[in-house]
Amino acid sequence: MAEQSVNTDTQAAEDNGAYWSANIRTITVCLVIWALVSFGFGILLRPLIAGIEVGGTDLGFWFAQQGSILVFLALIFFYAWRMNKLDKEHGVEE
Amino acid sequence: MDQFTLNLLFVGASFALYIGIAVWARAGSTSEFYAAGRGVHPVTNGMATAADWMSAASFISMAGLIAFTGYDNSSFLMGWTGGYVLLALLLAPYLRKFGKFTVSEFIGDRFYSPTARLVAVICLLVASITYVIGQMQGVGIAFGRFLEIDAFWGLLLGSCVVFAYAVFGGMKGVTYTQVAQYCVLIMAYTIPAVFISLQLTGTPIPALGLFSETVNADGASSGVYLLTKLDQIVTDLGFASYTEAHKDSLNMVLFTLSLMIGTAGLPHVIMRFFTVPRVSDARWSAGWTLVFIALLYLTAPAVGAMARLNISEMMWPNGVNGEAVSVETIETDERYNWMATWQKTGLLDWEDKNGDGKIQYYNDKNDAMAEKAAANGWEGNELTNFNRDILVLANPEIANLPGWVIGLVAAGGLAAALSTAAGLLLAISSAVSHDLLKGQLTPNMSEKSELLAARISMAAAIVVAVILGLNPPGFAAQTVALAFGLAAASIFPALMMGIFSKRVNNVGAVSGMLAGLIFTLVYIFLHKGWFFIPDTNSFADTAEGSLLGIQSTAIGAVGAVINFAVAFGVSSITKETPQEIKDLVESVRTPAGAGAAVDH
Repeated sequence: MAEQSVNTDTQAAEDNGAYWSANIRTITVCLVIWALVSFGFGILLRPLIAGIEVGGTDLGFWFAQQGSILVFLALIFFYAWRMNKLDKEHGVEE
Repeated sequence: MDQFTLNLLFVGASFALYIGIAVWARAGSTSEFYAAGRGVHPVTNGMATAADWMSAASFISMAGLIAFTGYDNSSFLMGWTGGYVLLALLLAPYLRKFGKFTVSEFIGDRFYSPTARLVAVICLLVASITYVIGQMQGVGIAFGRFLEIDAFWGLLLGSCVVFAYAVFGGMKGVTYTQVAQYCVLIMAYTIPAVFISLQLTGTPIPALGLFSETVNADGASSGVYLLTKLDQIVTDLGFASYTEAHKDSLNMVLFTLSLMIGTAGLPHVIMRFFTVPRVSDARWSAGWTLVFIALLYLTAPAVGAMARLNISEMMWPNGVNGEAVSVETIETDERYNWMATWQKTGLLDWEDKNGDGKIQYYNDKNDAMAEKAAANGWEGNELTNFNRDILVLANPEIANLPGWVIGLVAAGGLAAALSTAAGLLLAISSAVSHDLLKGQLTPNMSEKSELLAARISMAAAIVVAVILGLNPPGFAAQTVALAFGLAAASIFPALMMGIFSKRVNNVGAVSGMLAGLIFTLVYIFLHKGWFFIPDTNSFADTAEGSLLGIQSTAIGAVGAVINFAVAFGVSSITKETPQEIKDLVESVRTPAGAGAAVDH
């Protein structure tokens, strides 16, 4: 009995480890996109994409005032969906 | 019915609604007072959080700041929405899993130290009180306008209303009232924007209208984009162009980052994610909150640009090379009535300096304009005062919209300021009564006296905010930005390290928080004056004049980096975290087993 419980514990710990690193990977990808659209396209990389015209101004202006907000929304919903799936795959859902 | 009565009617009706809801949902227990009994649906919670979050700064002040600077103030738009990504990915689900009432409780437990909890309470109080000042400014402006009194008296009257309403409700009352407030404020923001967008571009969706061509009076497209036209007019008047960047990108990046991290570190926003039933709901709830916020934030840049265009054209009805508007027109023409009503609040003023009977509005600080001014006999800009905070409230009047729209906007501005002020006061009161008194000083306090202490501390916070609100350190949105810097430098790093690192220990967290808070606060005081008292600052608050070449509103991001660095540094040379804390971190990281949150 005692041995079995130790085994399940180790297995649970490994499972949690895999779950956590999958979570960290997802977070990293999302945050890279988050930084790219706001600090990147909206501010620092704006001169690079200045050639692309949008409604009387350039793409960077659009990203700074509207585009990044739309991407942020998509990121949060993607993360919620992905994590709820991960929770189930690793059996850690509520 | 005249405009004054109409405003009173709209504001009165909306207040009756909020107070009705607050009474109906009055909090009976501490659980209901702090966390609404945790029975709130993610969409409802998202809507309430959006109202809580979108303050006077978002509603009243932000579009005005964007209108007068254009692209450079995009930081507000990206910063105040991008923070939700951090919140949803890095904090909300874990804090919900942890399942306590307040942010400082998490910090106290995770860093196994009452000192850490105390320091967190102090950080929280400093950030929240700075934030309340910004709200009180907004309340003062809104009350001042719709009662047509001085902004000072508006502030005093407004604070009484905030007090009456926040003190009796608690979180349960506040959550449902905020849903109503969200509806009022989003209608008040978008309806006039839709009208104005139709007038200028023929597009009913303002967010699209911003990037559309303008239309002529007959409704046919003029072939000129709104932004192109605006750029032309403002540069003709000697102002900086609207769409180009004029601020250095370092300050812009740091400012945006400060607002983002600050959003994720503001206790009154984080608290909202304790009120949902499950961990997965906390993730969705952050998304829904941003949906409701985005409705306003996608409209705001359009409101700013269109208002700027309207104002410039009103001041120069015959084009920028024709005759300026005459004093007589301003005083007699119905379309210019808004100028006289706003003049009463002391936030708008004009003066015919050269006595030619006309009001020339241009940038008199621009050397190129000096020549034109001399040739035309102008003696400086004659629209002497245009407080940016009035723009959104005055916008429907400027666009000559019907009276009921103006009344609605007054109600919306108050809804925004009130809902945030109430949420903040709640965070302040729970910090004092739950964390400071019950957690530290008098642990045996009864639930009844805890509620009483919560209400007394709310009252004290309002008094402090009013006193500081009389000498605000900037426009409402700028004051609020300082609060975000403080939250960014102190609270967010501690929370994030508490979840993502098992290594950071009690001493590390406390030194990190203190280093971040003190650095940021001192930097702000050096540039804004000690305790925001004017003329006690040592450095000018511009990118060039400042101590590190960074403006005080952008310093929070640097403070956050210092916090992280100090915490990791100190933790690596002090004792490792005990095993039970490592287990606690492990359990916070997985959603399984998140029951109803409990009191400690």
